[in-house]
Amino acid sequence: MASPKARIIFRKGVWEENPVFRQILGICSALAVTNLMTNTLIMGLGLIFVTAMSNATVSALRKVTPDRIRMMVQVLIIASYVMMVDIFLQAYLPEISKALGPYVGLIITNCIIMGRCEGYARVNPVWPSFLDGIASGTGYALVLLTIAFVREVLGFGSVFGVRVLPEGWIPWTIMVMAPAGFFMLALFIWVAYTVEKRTTRPKS
Amino acid sequence: MESSLNAPVIFFASIFTNNILLANFLGMCSFLAISRELPSAVGLGTAVTFVMTCTTALNYLVYHYLLVPFDLVHFRFIAFIIVIAAFVQLVEMLIDRYSPRFYVVLGVFLPLITVNCAILGVCLFMVIRKYNFIQSVAYGFGGGLGWLLAITALAGIREKIKKAPIPKALEGPGISLIVAGLMALSFMAFSGMIHVG
Repeated sequence: MASPKARIIFRKGVWEENPVFRQILGICSALAVTNLMTNTLIMGLGLIFVTAMSNATVSALRKVTPDRIRMMVQVLIIASYVMMVDIFLQAYLPEISKALGPYVGLIITNCIIMGRCEGYARVNPVWPSFLDGIASGTGYALVLLTIAFVREVLGFGSVFGVRVLPEGWIPWTIMVMAPAGFFMLALFIWVAYTVEKRTTRPKS
Repeated sequence: MESSLNAPVIFFASIFTNNILLANFLGMCSFLAISRELPSAVGLGTAVTFVMTCTTALNYLVYHYLLVPFDLVHFRFIAFIIVIAAFVQLVEMLIDRYSPRFYVVLGVFLPLITVNCAILGVCLFMVIRKYNFIQSVAYGFGGGLGWLLAITALAGIREKIKKAPIPKALEGPGISLIVAGLMALSFMAFSGMIHVG
C-alpha cells in the first residue's frame, strides 16, 4: 500500500484530480444526499465500493472487450455492482435505503465511475485500477462529507444525528433544502480553487 | 397502493414544484457542461424531453409486464439502463436515416443522454412512487419539460454574465452553481401550489 505509486494515485484522486471540484463530475448525488451525514457516509462507501470493483473488473476484461461495445459492457458491469449495493442496503439498512431512494440506483449514471473506467481502467492493470477507484471514490466521499457536515450542523444542529448545538439554536431550514446544496458546492469550489492558487504560486 | 394524484397535477408538479433538476438534482453534469450557449441548451433540452417521455413509457411496460411477473425486480437497474441505451441508439439511427437536418440539431446530444441521470432518475422515481401508466407518462413528459426550462434559463443567464466581473476562482462551474441555487430558490415559490409525495 505504501508504495510510491499508490501514494501518487491517492494524491491525484483525493486532491489533484478530485472528481467533484476539479472535474465537476458526479454532482447530482453530491447535492441530493448531503443534508444528513449518515446518508452521505453510506452513499460515499457505496460509491467507493462500486468504483473500485468496476474499475478492477473493467481492467481485468480490458483485453477481451471489443472496442465498439465497451461503453455498454462498462455500464453493465457498473449496474451489476450497484445492484449488489442496493440489495445489501435493503437487507441490512432498510431505513437508509429508503432515505436514499433512487440515488443508490443513480450511482450507475454517476459520471465519476464511467470516467474512471474509460479514462484509467481501460488502459491500466488490475491492481492500480482498483486503487485508483478507491482514491477517486474517497475524494468524492470527502467532499460530500464536508458539505454534509456544514448542512447538517446548520440545518439540524446535529452531526450524525447527535445534537452538537444547544437547544436554543434555531435551525436554518434553508440548509436542508435544495438551494443550499447548490450554494454549498459553489462555496466549496470557490475555496478549493483559491487554496489551489495559493499553494501553486510559489512554484511558478 | 397506487398514487392518487391525477395526471395533470403530476405533469405540472414535475415542471414547477418538483423540478427534476432544481429539486432533485438530476442531470446536473450535462446541465453545467452544455449550458454555455442558448441554442445547444435548447437542443439538448428537447432531446432529453423526447427521450424521457418515451423511455418512461417503455420502462413502465418493462417493469410491470416483465420484471414484476417474473420476480426480477432486483434487475431493474440493468433492465432500465439497457432500455434507455437501446432506445437512444435506435432514435439516433432513425433520425440519421430519415431526417439529416434534424440530426444536425439533435444528433450530437443523443449519446450524452444515455448517461444523463435525469432519465434513469425519472424511471426510478416512477417505480418508487407507484405511478400508473398515464401518470408515468405525464411525469416523464413534465420532467423533461422542466429540465428543458431550467437549462434554457441557465444558459440565458450564463450568456449575460459572461462579461460580469466575477472572482477568478468562482468562474465557470462555481458561478453556475450559484445561479442554479438562486433558480431553485425562486422555483420554491411554486411549492405552495401542489404537494407531491
